[in-house]
Amino acid sequence: MLTPEEADALRLSVIVATSSVLVTLPMAVLLAWLLVRGRFMGRWLIDAAVHLPLVLPPVVVGYLLLLLLGVRGPLGHWLYANFDIRLAFTTGGAIIATAVMTLPLVVRAVRLALEGIDPGLEEAARTLGAGPIDRAISVTLPLMLPGILAGAITAFAAGLGEFGAVITFASNIPGETRTLPLALYTALQSPTGDASAWRLALLSLALGALGLLAAEMFARRMRRRLGRG
Amino acid sequence: MLHMNLCIERGGFRLDANLAIPTPGVTALFGPSGAGKTTLAHAVAGLIPASGTLSLDGEILLDTQRDIGIAVEQRAIGCVFQDARLFPHLSVADNLDYGLRRQRRAIYAQRDEVIALLGLSTLLASAPHQLSGGERQRVALGRALLGQPRLLILDEPLASIDSARREEVLPYLERLRDRFRIPMLYVSHQYEEVLRLAAQVVLMDRGRVVASDTPAALSLSGALRARVGSAGVGAVIETEVISKNETEGLITVSLGGHPLRLNASADAIGAHLRLHILASEVILATERPQGLSVRNALPGKIEQLEAEENGMVLATVAIGGDRLLARVTRSAVDDLALTPGLEVWALVKAASLNQGLYRPTTATHSN
Repeated sequence: MLTPEEADALRLSVIVATSSVLVTLPMAVLLAWLLVRGRFMGRWLIDAAVHLPLVLPPVVVGYLLLLLLGVRGPLGHWLYANFDIRLAFTTGGAIIATAVMTLPLVVRAVRLALEGIDPGLEEAARTLGAGPIDRAISVTLPLMLPGILAGAITAFAAGLGEFGAVITFASNIPGETRTLPLALYTALQSPTGDASAWRLALLSLALGALGLLAAEMFARRMRRRLGRG
Repeated sequence: MLHMNLCIERGGFRLDANLAIPTPGVTALFGPSGAGKTTLAHAVAGLIPASGTLSLDGEILLDTQRDIGIAVEQRAIGCVFQDARLFPHLSVADNLDYGLRRQRRAIYAQRDEVIALLGLSTLLASAPHQLSGGERQRVALGRALLGQPRLLILDEPLASIDSARREEVLPYLERLRDRFRIPMLYVSHQYEEVLRLAAQVVLMDRGRVVASDTPAALSLSGALRARVGSAGVGAVIETEVISKNETEGLITVSLGGHPLRLNASADAIGAHLRLHILASEVILATERPQGLSVRNALPGKIEQLEAEENGMVLATVAIGGDRLLARVTRSAVDDLALTPGLEVWALVKAASLNQGLYRPTTATHSN
């Protein structure tokens, strides 16, 4: 059904999307917490930085990542010299590029979830002897879970299709950084690639639809459990 | 004792409270909405910042001058909120266990006993959204109690329940009060709830403490009369059952050393009763009445006469050590030449007493 190259692209896309979600989730929870509950100067600066990838052309994001994390970039050089880690033109780089692009989506979802929580519940937990970290783990996070997971699923679906930032920062290396959209683009460049492009497009469609379905089913279950259905 | 000298300022509202509240026992924070009752209760719990001093049974919880402020989670002050605030992602059982699991102090309220006392055993597996309003408040009550609090704050726990369903909660509150000797602060704007539950009343209005006294003493004060409205004005009497007539369904209590009969058969001899005798139900006579169906005629002496806004006159009548309030017309005052110091008979209809009959402390007296 799929050629080995296409199967590789599918495998890579799933790896990149999954890993990027795992990278963004904890960061998104932390950032959302800072943005909603934090009371400090320069909060807007973090807010703007997180949302920048939404308004920048993805190619620009990829280019900025290359400048920062490329082997000659300040952070990239340090990583390479001290830990022998190279991000540009690797699967790791594709993950980072995808994570940066999807971070605003997750932060938005998590933030909405956090803002929707009745602060009275945390007060109740306090009067029952729960300290700040205890409250976050036992009350706030479980109540945010629907929002966090909705954000994760959206980010996963979006991550499967990230093109501009990935191709700029991680290039288009078969088996290494050639994810579904990159493989689709490559197939379109070839005079004999029409059939392959079709299969990859259908595959992307199916994965996207599956993601949406999973998100909807999950949201329904959560609503029922919390009695809001 | 719960001592407080607190000042709370929030967005233009200022509240001052200097109080010494006896512990244990139920103290009602009573007053109209906007009086600051909830604000004060939340400040005691630590949920609202306040300045001044606060101590519970000798332990300092707050002293802003000495920079002492015990965090909410370390105060061991339980709260039952108006809106229950059960954790929606946890079952009833897990809600009940939330405070219990975080408890490092000695356990006085056992899980099984609290569940039985509040009638929660059939609800344990339910989710909070499946419960009725009354059930929700009972779970909230159990959850707070299982946190083994040193003080329990009840912030209008019945306000979000329609009046017909309050009986799903009130009797449980009474059982809890009688079983566990913990201090409680009960926030309410319902005088009836206050009379039913409280041993002490703090009357509040517009961010100030107007009065702090027993229900009996407070019932005679002008400040309380202004609050409860003319239909609710009446003396509150603490008394005991002295004899019982089972065949007639009557009991006799003592009012200032004189017998007062009323229709009630459930109470045993010696049981403590609280009577709210409405001023509009008391008739005054200058001679001992003859040929009247009214059974209760009590000899007393007029202590004071006060003109009411509605053109009526409110008479305070001393009967032994107790006091009754009677509302009479101005023409009756003139015709009978009522003046302070005059000996009168106060007539009370037995049937009218049942409306205002409360049993404030069943456990200590009825056994």
